[in-house]
Amino acid sequence: MSEKHTHTRTIAVDLVARVEGEGALRVTVKGDVVQDVQLKIFEPPRFFEAFLQGRHYDEVPDIVARICGICPIAYQMSAVHAFERIFGLRVEGALRDLRRLIYCGEWIESHALHVYLLQAPDFLGYESGIAMAKDHPAVVTRGLRLKKAGNAIMTLLGGRSVHPVSVKVGGFSRVPFRRELEGMKDELSWARDAAVETVRWVAGFDFPDFTPDYNDVALRHPDEYPFNEGQVVASSGLQISVNEFERHFTEHQVSYSTALHCTLQGSPYLVGPLARLNLNLEHLTPLAKQVLADCAVALPMRNPFHGIIARSIEILYAVEESLRLIERYEPPPVPAAPITVQPGIGMACTEAPRGILYHRYEVDGDGIVRKAKIVPPTSQNQCRIEQDLRLFLPRLLSLPDKEAALACERVIRCYDPCISCATHFLNLEIRREGSA
Amino acid sequence: MKTNGPPSSIRIIGLGNDLRGDDAVGLLTVRRLRQTIGDRAEVIEAGMAGVDLIELMKGASVVILIDAARGGKAPGSIYRLDASVSRIGGQVFPRSSHAIGVSEAIELARAMDVLPATVIVYGVEVGNIELGQPLSPPMGEALDHVVKRIIQECEACHA
Repeated sequence: MSEKHTHTRTIAVDLVARVEGEGALRVTVKGDVVQDVQLKIFEPPRFFEAFLQGRHYDEVPDIVARICGICPIAYQMSAVHAFERIFGLRVEGALRDLRRLIYCGEWIESHALHVYLLQAPDFLGYESGIAMAKDHPAVVTRGLRLKKAGNAIMTLLGGRSVHPVSVKVGGFSRVPFRRELEGMKDELSWARDAAVETVRWVAGFDFPDFTPDYNDVALRHPDEYPFNEGQVVASSGLQISVNEFERHFTEHQVSYSTALHCTLQGSPYLVGPLARLNLNLEHLTPLAKQVLADCAVALPMRNPFHGIIARSIEILYAVEESLRLIERYEPPPVPAAPITVQPGIGMACTEAPRGILYHRYEVDGDGIVRKAKIVPPTSQNQCRIEQDLRLFLPRLLSLPDKEAALACERVIRCYDPCISCATHFLNLEIRREGSA
Repeated sequence: MKTNGPPSSIRIIGLGNDLRGDDAVGLLTVRRLRQTIGDRAEVIEAGMAGVDLIELMKGASVVILIDAARGGKAPGSIYRLDASVSRIGGQVFPRSSHAIGVSEAIELARAMDVLPATVIVYGVEVGNIELGQPLSPPMGEALDHVVKRIIQECEACHA
């Protein structure tokens, strides 16, 4: 839609496809200058925070698993670790391994979905994964089989892959027999080869030359690639315990979005696979390091479009880590460590597929939640997405409105925004105003 | 995902989020059907399954999906759409509520040539999908209707 006579042009695209959830983007351009970029998010987990108040701690893992159909394990893991800190419990050994394993399953399935069906179509010139599947059925079949390998882990450990039910404070309601885990080894061995092929496939895409200056934020653990434990670190040098998160990371209300914007000491920052990989390169497996080196991308990665490479490397890592954990698995003596309920406040941060997910709970002496706070990764990336769009938009201004809008969508999709954690649908609007 | 009953060529799959008021209608339908359908069909609760629907549909000759819908009619209105040969409207089953939506998952299965021969989608127009809310009043009657129609549909398949 164009209204050149008034020097104002507005483009409205009904939906930004292939973004999980609901939201809207409004861009205002005056002459050649980008005036404003507003990513609107409609439905934050704030509603869940209120919903959790008054619930028994034991109900929380089941409730938070329903915030997002894509990353239920992340929500469960941040919740159980926060409660365990309140109750003075540290889950070790095989139970700790099983938690890493189920998280591997979620990364594999979430990343495979994004790489193959949500983002690859952007690089190969398709309007959707459906259109791509018609021309590349073998590729999409490989992606779906990889995803299924992740689902299988979640189903075995979580009881089911959608809304897993067996994760609980202290451990699991049921743990697998060794032979059950071993039954997944053949498929995971296939998945390892498929993941290598995935990295090589995506590394061959054409990437726009775009390298913003990011402040990467992720967990970092001294011994391993992070899932559930570690300090919160930033490439700017920040290194804090999770308990200090809210002292450094602050949320702001903005008028155009019901989701809060999170900044680190007042500035945007990046969470997710790209940031996580940049900050944890030394903990990749030898194979993953080699395959990444073969991609010949500059490290640390600075191009958001390289996120698809980071995500693919993490699929490979998660598959290899799954095989390692399965190999050494001996069932724990009990499926869950006993809990001694005590009042207190506990925080936890874990690495959701899309980046760090922070939870804080306050419980009373009966184990009833008095306060809950959830900071999802998409809220944390929201400022960063807006900043990227401000930087990327000048090169789009000569394009017809529709193409410019599609290019904005492609930038947004680099972040794999799970807006359903925070919202639903993304409507896109670019408003062009004439020079002042 | 919960399944019951023996493998059958008819598979009934309910979708939704049972913490969100009327969005639970698909799940409640299959829970009701599980008690009455016997061995005439396999029943699956699939929560917020998106692209995983492809896997859940595989191998069945007839699939009946039930999900919350938003098509602009009065709450409790029932839609019956045949996805077997052509695309169903993404506007009625928006992609929002279950990540990749029902219509997209079906189209992906069709593109990959793994769509079952018959795929029928029942949608129930939702009223209130606020977190923690009970079913809104029109849903009770709609639930009875949709259960009855699906049982008839299964009987017709077996006839």
